[in-house]
Amino acid sequence: MTAMLNVKDLRAYYGQVQALHGLSFSLNEGSLTTLLGANGAGKTTTLRAICNMVRSTGAIEFEGKPIGTRSTENVVRLGIAHVPQGRGTFTNMTVEENLQLGAISRSDKNAIGSDIERMYEHFPVLKQRYTQQAGTLSGGEQQMLAVARALMLRPRLMLLDEPSFGLAPLIVRDLFRILGKINREEKVTILVVEQNAQLALELADQAYVIETGRIVMSGNAKDIANNEDVRKSYLGY
Amino acid sequence: MELFANQVLAGIATGAIYACMALAVVMIYQAIDHLNFAQGEMAMFSTFVSWQLMQWGVPYWGAFVLTVAFSFAAGIIIERLLFKPLAKAPILTNVAGFIALYAIINSVAGLIWDFTIKQYPTPFGSSPFLGSQLISTHQAGMIGITLLMLLLLFFFFRFTRVGLAMRAAASLPESARLVGINTSWMIALGWGMASAIGSIAGMMIAPVVFLEPNMMLGVLIYGFAAAVLGGLTSPFGAVMGGFLVGIFENLVGTYIPGVGNELKLPIALALIIVVLVVKPAGLFGRAIVKRV
Amino acid sequence: MSAAEEIVTEAAAVEAVPKRAMTLGYGTSLVVLAALILIPLFVKNFIIFQMTMLLIYALAVMALNILTGGSGQFSLGQSAFYAVGAYTSAILMEHAGMNYALTLPIAGIVCFGFGFLFGQPALRLSGVYLALATFALATAMPQLLKLGYFEHWTGGVQGLVVTKPDAPFGLPMSQDMWLYYFTLAVSIGIYIASVNLLRSRSGRAFMAIRDNEIAASAMGVDVALYKTLAFGVSAGITGVAGGLGAIAVQFVAPDGYTIQLAISLFLGMVVGGVGWLPGSIVGSAFIIFVPNIAEGISKGLSGAVFGVLLFLVIFLVPHGARQVAIVAQQLAAKLKKN
Repeated sequence: MTAMLNVKDLRAYYGQVQALHGLSFSLNEGSLTTLLGANGAGKTTTLRAICNMVRSTGAIEFEGKPIGTRSTENVVRLGIAHVPQGRGTFTNMTVEENLQLGAISRSDKNAIGSDIERMYEHFPVLKQRYTQQAGTLSGGEQQMLAVARALMLRPRLMLLDEPSFGLAPLIVRDLFRILGKINREEKVTILVVEQNAQLALELADQAYVIETGRIVMSGNAKDIANNEDVRKSYLGY
Repeated sequence: MELFANQVLAGIATGAIYACMALAVVMIYQAIDHLNFAQGEMAMFSTFVSWQLMQWGVPYWGAFVLTVAFSFAAGIIIERLLFKPLAKAPILTNVAGFIALYAIINSVAGLIWDFTIKQYPTPFGSSPFLGSQLISTHQAGMIGITLLMLLLLFFFFRFTRVGLAMRAAASLPESARLVGINTSWMIALGWGMASAIGSIAGMMIAPVVFLEPNMMLGVLIYGFAAAVLGGLTSPFGAVMGGFLVGIFENLVGTYIPGVGNELKLPIALALIIVVLVVKPAGLFGRAIVKRV
Repeated sequence: MSAAEEIVTEAAAVEAVPKRAMTLGYGTSLVVLAALILIPLFVKNFIIFQMTMLLIYALAVMALNILTGGSGQFSLGQSAFYAVGAYTSAILMEHAGMNYALTLPIAGIVCFGFGFLFGQPALRLSGVYLALATFALATAMPQLLKLGYFEHWTGGVQGLVVTKPDAPFGLPMSQDMWLYYFTLAVSIGIYIASVNLLRSRSGRAFMAIRDNEIAASAMGVDVALYKTLAFGVSAGITGVAGGLGAIAVQFVAPDGYTIQLAISLFLGMVVGGVGWLPGSIVGSAFIIFVPNIAEGISKGLSGAVFGVLLFLVIFLVPHGARQVAIVAQQLAAKLKKN
């Protein structure tokens, strides 16, 4: 099976500072992969580099096509949805407008309405609030909205940057359950960056561990979860 | 009391000029977060283009439509050529760019059409409106056109996909790119629309102030004032702000002794500063809360 | 329902300039100083007059630079402070018979007070709103100067004629040359004081406010005080420049201080490089000489030529003369290495 996303020798820079030092990894179609690492390891930068939001070199291929030189919006239009850290909610617009924005680059306008309904099924809380300004939603609700907005693209690949950040444990469980469901039922390949390693490893089938801009370990999520070093450093037992 | 009512009516009539211009100011502010100091000159140039078309024998409404189309295209071209390269430059550099554009357009218009005052026609006639000496049919028509533009803008931003995309690009560019919006083109589109609205404002204003290269100088200052008074984030507020400035200016001139034409402008501006100090987001604007 | 917009990371309005980068090195300073002292000995009176104006506008541009580059506040109203300074000097000289040199500190103090007071309401405004408020001030100033109430003092629309001072102690110099050296001495004094101000505790407070107002207040900087203080200092220096300008052109009139002057000073700051004090003189040269050059290229299109030249400057060096200086420095360093 060929990989859906292939990243080779990715190096990224913030001004003079190099944040990634030759990262290589690949995602299989339909997989749910997690990228683990400590603060400042380069997880967010990796996701941003895929969407060309940070200066980088190296080869990034999506479904066989090189995407390294495409602008952010053109990467997204290929079907790569990115849920950024901090969620990027359009706070002064309504929930429904946020969802419509998710589908703004799609040409099949007729299906958008039914997709919005589908999102309300996944996330019933959004249906109750659909005319409300998104800025008035709670953190957990905004994260649901961010995921729903990303799904409105009908993405082939979804990148999530620390979806659990700042949320209560119960809400995180709920969110991760939904992510698993989306991965299985809608056949969306998912790459999730997390600091909450335990949850991420329960959810994922593949995992990479990243340290100071380099991949230091990769493999099956279960094997990684049982690895002595990972347990000590990331799981804390 | 009758004097008061009359002055309010006259104020609304002048206010329509400011409201028209303020709408264009708000449009560009929404798209690029700056006040474009060259906006008045762009509108003046468009108005000259329409005048020239009419001189060549094009009927009024034909010239109107052609000019709006020309202005839309010109706004986009100016953005692509001159201001897109400055997108990453400091804000102050952009402001210097606006001033440079101002100087260029004013000077070129003066060279082509010289600085003499020209009559400009109105499609609405200039007889008294509903028997009132204070407001002419042209001014009533101008108010109508302004409100119509406001309505169209409301529908554009609320119910069309492009309008939604423009709002998204203006409020959060990075998130907008992440849903696949080409934010750079949204800015160009904002320039085009602001330029088109400005051209309509110019064609409505020209019959009142007469056509000449410096006709928009005062109008633009009042347009800024009106936009800021009403709130730079609200097209509706901008139009209301325009009427309020017009009314206030007239009342001050009538009731406060010693205020001749000379002091009208400073007093109107002082009022605006007072409003801003009390309510920094303007009367109808949305308060922007900064998260720390 | 509150409609709050979150601005997570708002870009600072003015780019941060580290304080050491705000000045020139010793060697360069001395070369510039020597040139400023020696050139007038070899040129005609009219050129000396123009050099005097160059210094005066440089002072005014620098004053704006302290406000904008230092504390991050905009102003399109500098012409108002300049006018107040000019009129203060002119009125004191012509009505009270005061010595020209003594009128300058008074002009400075009056303008400091005026700026400080104006800074109070301006505190609540930022960005475009502050630009508009100061713009309003600049637009209103000529009208206020024309007011009938003050006509006895200001001369109304006609303005006031100011006598040009002779060189003191019987020095063998023309009036123009004396005024030039006098202006140069005042300018150097104010420049050194400004550099020291920006390096002092207050200067650090200004810059902290410029870079992040909320963080500055969290560190205990009295934001309100320092913002108004920056306005006051800037207005004070502009006032001294205005006073010098009145003496140099021997004339004050309301229409000499319109919004155009404020816009010129603003352009001077951008061209010189925001936050770089020595750039002020480059910016001043731009606003004095480029309109003349433009006029020379084409009379009918002088506005357009000016605009095109301005665009060239901001396209090629968007950070103004500071950028040129940095590039030159790097080149010099490379040459030394080789």
